[in-house]
Amino acid sequence: MSENKIDSIIEKYRGKPGALIHALTEIQHANHWLPREVLHKVADALEVPFSQAMQIASFYKTFSLTPKGRHEVHVCTGMTCHLRGAAKLMEKVQELTGLQPGETDAAAKFTLEAGSCLGSCSIGPELIVDGKHYGRMSPEKAEDVLNRYE
Amino acid sequence: MTDMVLQIDGKDVTASTGMTVLQAAQQAGINIPTLCHHAQLEDYGGCRLCMVEVETRGRTNYVVSCLYPAEKGLVVRTRSEKVDKIRRVIIEELMAHAPDAPELVKLAQEYGADRNRFEKEASFCVLCGLCVRYCAEVKQKHAVGFIENGPMREISFIPELAAKECWNCQECFAICPTSYAQAAYLLTEALAFPGQRKKQAPAVKPQPHTTFGGIPVIVA
Repeated sequence: MSENKIDSIIEKYRGKPGALIHALTEIQHANHWLPREVLHKVADALEVPFSQAMQIASFYKTFSLTPKGRHEVHVCTGMTCHLRGAAKLMEKVQELTGLQPGETDAAAKFTLEAGSCLGSCSIGPELIVDGKHYGRMSPEKAEDVLNRYE
Repeated sequence: MTDMVLQIDGKDVTASTGMTVLQAAQQAGINIPTLCHHAQLEDYGGCRLCMVEVETRGRTNYVVSCLYPAEKGLVVRTRSEKVDKIRRVIIEELMAHAPDAPELVKLAQEYGADRNRFEKEASFCVLCGLCVRYCAEVKQKHAVGFIENGPMREISFIPELAAKECWNCQECFAICPTSYAQAAYLLTEALAFPGQRKKQAPAVKPQPHTTFGGIPVIVA
């Protein structure tokens, strides 16, 4: 992730304390996580205390204070998906990525997350990569899906 | 500023516009217990200990008096069976976190709270926010803030700022009801900038706090 992109996002909100969450959200989407130096830059530019930037960044689950992969992989573990075979799907995805839920690989390609009921029970078990839903997943199909991401 | 009359515990009390029920009561010498209230800080409504019973237009409500504006003809009861019960449970819940905090021990005696009612989870912080708000509103340093959310919520000193500001101020240590602010600061120091303050002579002599609730407070 280029520093320029982050800087241009920060510049857009310079001097607007009320835009803290907007700025952090944009940086999170572009950079996948919020390094401490970036939080310092945001706090200085938006004229909010650093403690407030830290409070917001640690409060919401959207923001990550640790590095995340380029692609966020969610496996739904809600009740319906579970009954339709989410456990096997999860096993396969863990095997393919080498990750436990919550982990990120060394090349920062994937971050694996387990989510409970992502709201599409009728197409379960489902796999969500970067917000794109893949329904009626089987372990074999999951392999095809993950291979599409670089 | 117009004056109005309201009734607190059967006593007629005069209050001016913009005053809260708590301020009106304190002015009249009626005691309402508080934990997160501080005269120099904006009202917060965090601890809910100042809960009172108010009666307006024939309806009875339970409100936090530090935020509830005083109004004409309001009937306030600062002690009733239900108010006492609310306060007792709040104290019992806080005591799961800070069982030996002097202010809580005193309140527990008054309200008959059982310090062992809830399973102990000694975080020592009752999240009253006094240190955070004092640092932000009075000192305007923002060296301590809240982080995380829900059950994980805690106060956190910002090491970059704490290294410069805190040792010469220490004012939040004295207003903390549980001494946790001091502990959190010293832990931050030990982790992030150990030994640094011994090298630098203090610029300003800190306010000497000798003891606070029987616990000696460090004076440089």
